Amino acid sequence: MNVAVVTFPGSNCDQDCHRSVELVGGTPRHLWHRERSLGDAEAVIVPGGFAHGDYLRPGAIARFSPIMDAVVGFAREGGLVVGICNGFQVLCEAGLLPGALLRNRSLRFQSHDCWQRVERTDTPYTGEYREGQIIRMPLSHADGNYYADADTLAELEAEERVVFRYCDAQGNLTPESNPNGSLNHIAGIVNRRRNVLGMMPHPDRAIEAVLGSVDGLPFFESLVRTEATATATARSEVA
Amino acid sequence: MSRFTVEVLVTPRPGLLDPQGKAIHHALASLGYDAVEDVRVGKAIYLEVAAASAEEAAERVEEACRKLLANPVTEDFRVTAEAHR
Repeated sequence: MNVAVVTFPGSNCDQDCHRSVELVGGTPRHLWHRERSLGDAEAVIVPGGFAHGDYLRPGAIARFSPIMDAVVGFAREGGLVVGICNGFQVLCEAGLLPGALLRNRSLRFQSHDCWQRVERTDTPYTGEYREGQIIRMPLSHADGNYYADADTLAELEAEERVVFRYCDAQGNLTPESNPNGSLNHIAGIVNRRRNVLGMMPHPDRAIEAVLGSVDGLPFFESLVRTEATATATARSEVA
Repeated sequence: MSRFTVEVLVTPRPGLLDPQGKAIHHALASLGYDAVEDVRVGKAIYLEVAAASAEEAAERVEEACRKLLANPVTEDFRVTAEAHR
């Protein structure tokens, strides 16, 4: 599977995402933000970092980078698009995902492991997890406090689009287990069509034992497998 | 064409938690400013704009606010244009 990893000036997890895709047997390719075409990409990852220095608001300037027209068009056609950390902020700013990521409740840049509960396995990114699985991976952000107005939040819940929630090691949604003040403990969501996912924690930093956790691997395995399944379905439909 | 100074005030929407404002409020209270009942923190952006009139300058910038300078999910904005001094 060909996966494009977008690099903005200030991206710093593009190598991590590249390696993650490679480890699960995909074919990653770096894509500079000045490019205008996704080429043969079958999925796009918008990685973490500080695109354009986070000036104005995280993601606000990145969403107008030349490559973003292609990313938005691809997503609107049902293409697989993932935003991790700063990438999540970019996808919200681009209008591909609802809501916004506000300054952490603590007002601090936080960098530590967090626990999440896998709420949905019916997305292209989570099929290799078990529903309710408790996973651990790092988070690293100053603006990860998920906010949406009450109607949007109710819609996200009703449509079962909250994919990951911050929790404690046992899976309980305690106030202390919410690292940044996110509404409803939201760590990751999908769009209505479920092809676009954004999350603040870093599956790309939890892919090898030496990193302290491999709980991010199923994320990338799901992504690669989804493509294989989709391609097989398309072929059988043609046949 | 004249030149106008356009001030954009971007503020957190009412009801939105503003942790920065809360922290400043707390600091003010500890300094004895008991009369301060609430603090909200926004930002001011200044643009120098060439336009035929102040209205035109403000309109151009309002459009830019909707596209880029403010996030409609979380922020309100107010635009004022005056002749460049």
